[in-house]
Amino acid sequence: MSFSVTLQHRFDGFTLEAQFEAPKGITMLYGRSGSGKTTIVNALAGLLRPDAGRISSEDWVMFDAAAGVFLPPDKRRVGYIFQEGRLFPHLSVRQNLKYGAWFAPKDAPREAFDRIVDMLGIAPLLDRRPGRLSGGEKQRVAIGRALLASPRLILADEPLAALDDARKEEILPYFERLRDALEIPILYVSHAGSEVARLATTLVVLENGRVIRQGPAAEVLSDPDVTPMGASAAGVMLHATITAQHADGITEVTAGRVPLLLPQVGYPVGTDLRIRIEAQDVMIATERPRAISALNVLPATVAALRMGAGPGALAQLRAGDNLLLARITRRSVSALDLEEGKEVFAVLKAVSIPRTAIGDQRGT
Amino acid sequence: MDWLSPEEWSAVALSLRVAFWATLFSLPFALWTAHLLARCAFPGKQLFNGLVHLPLILPPVVTGYLLLVTFNIEAPIGQALSQLGIVFAFRWTGAALAAAIMAFPLMVRAIRLSIEAVDPKLEEAAATLGASKLWVYLTVTLPMILPGILAGSILAFAKAMGEFGATITFVSNIPGQTQTLPSAIYAFLQIPGAEGSAFRLVVISVVIAMGALLLSEALSRRIAHRIGST
Repeated sequence: MSFSVTLQHRFDGFTLEAQFEAPKGITMLYGRSGSGKTTIVNALAGLLRPDAGRISSEDWVMFDAAAGVFLPPDKRRVGYIFQEGRLFPHLSVRQNLKYGAWFAPKDAPREAFDRIVDMLGIAPLLDRRPGRLSGGEKQRVAIGRALLASPRLILADEPLAALDDARKEEILPYFERLRDALEIPILYVSHAGSEVARLATTLVVLENGRVIRQGPAAEVLSDPDVTPMGASAAGVMLHATITAQHADGITEVTAGRVPLLLPQVGYPVGTDLRIRIEAQDVMIATERPRAISALNVLPATVAALRMGAGPGALAQLRAGDNLLLARITRRSVSALDLEEGKEVFAVLKAVSIPRTAIGDQRGT
Repeated sequence: MDWLSPEEWSAVALSLRVAFWATLFSLPFALWTAHLLARCAFPGKQLFNGLVHLPLILPPVVTGYLLLVTFNIEAPIGQALSQLGIVFAFRWTGAALAAAIMAFPLMVRAIRLSIEAVDPKLEEAAATLGASKLWVYLTVTLPMILPGILAGSILAFAKAMGEFGATITFVSNIPGQTQTLPSAIYAFLQIPGAEGSAFRLVVISVVIAMGALLLSEALSRRIAHRIGST
């Protein structure tokens, strides 16, 4: 199942004009706050009526301005996971979870209650009130409530933004599992590069209400011309497979025919991972550095260079089948005579890749 | 109840009946008005708001007088209603109407505050989960404003029990017909030697008022506990 979205909406001097596809997996709406992400999600949920456009999946039309079709929110069957959870305070966790199923059509495909409760680990919470739950627990219940409403589409509007880092780490694996297990599309709003790298299947990059780029996540993230959150937040995502666990706590993986050494990742050999490598953690050398503490020195070719307006520059490097981004200064570009096609070495400290930058990708 | 004379007892019973019907009768209108004021924008809203609150600030005698002018059997509205068998003037129903109108603003205020405290985002969430407008109201809005409805009703009941000025102006002070608790206390105070009767009714008034207050506190605590914090 895939959703096609075309939207136009004007309000408060802001114009939103977006067109994109949301296929199976997680489609991430990525951009700064104020770029129109939440407006798009609310339009899909039916909480906002856009001026023009069409939202449909195969023959299921939720909105078609030209044909005068606008389904109200209760007829759309979207599972909306809100940033603040929005659990019903007067109902128990169990009643919250069952709320949507009560209104879903009888013939709708249903998730088994017990299976979802087990997957989210919320069985001990069922008889409690939302007011007595921690932030992470609330968000897990909110995920369960959306899943159990027999949705055709999951919407998640910055579902981790209100949580601290430890709670984020608690919730991220559930979204990884949903991405790999669900047949329905998930539209996920975020402005955090780490969430994008770990979760996104497809990336839709928004700037000032316009889609500036969309495509497979790895491809879009490695483009030096697309940095919606600024060059300092740029970083690529690599698909990798664990090849060895070394006795000194180093995990060896292979990514695009290139071996990489990482701090220990507690999965068995053969596990597929996705790894975020931030542009500012990558150094460039024109000769192979010797006697250096960095564990990863990769032969690479400069594939593209983008000079910033200030002192910075972004270099796109090809190492094996991977594209990396390196954030360097323009002074270094001229000192090293960097240009497209030049053979260089990309230098990456193993410890610059924290455990939180490594995602589990067993399904894809 | 032999410690109360039949006259005293009938005043207590009448007041309870008047207050009960006044509260029950006002409730649907107050709920509707409170929703209108809390959630809707419409031209003339301030005027409407003022009109609702008018009985709170007008001298009660004026309210009673206006009721009398409108609902006496000679007046067009009073005449039309009496054709339908509904008579307010100088009947206990009139006392209930006067009490309802005097208590109305208090009830509206309490309910309006509780509606304004409901986060519309929760109602949106319910809609995305498939609940139609009516179901959203029944399963989310109504349970969350229940404490406000309760507080408003008890406040209105207490106000209706104590209503004096508008009642005596509109329906007079006929023992057994329209003589409510406050009217009876007032009447007994005019008769030399009837201070005992007045005092007994004063005690009953205090007990009923305190009882209503304690009941409302206990109920709202229970509901607040059931709803839980946030």
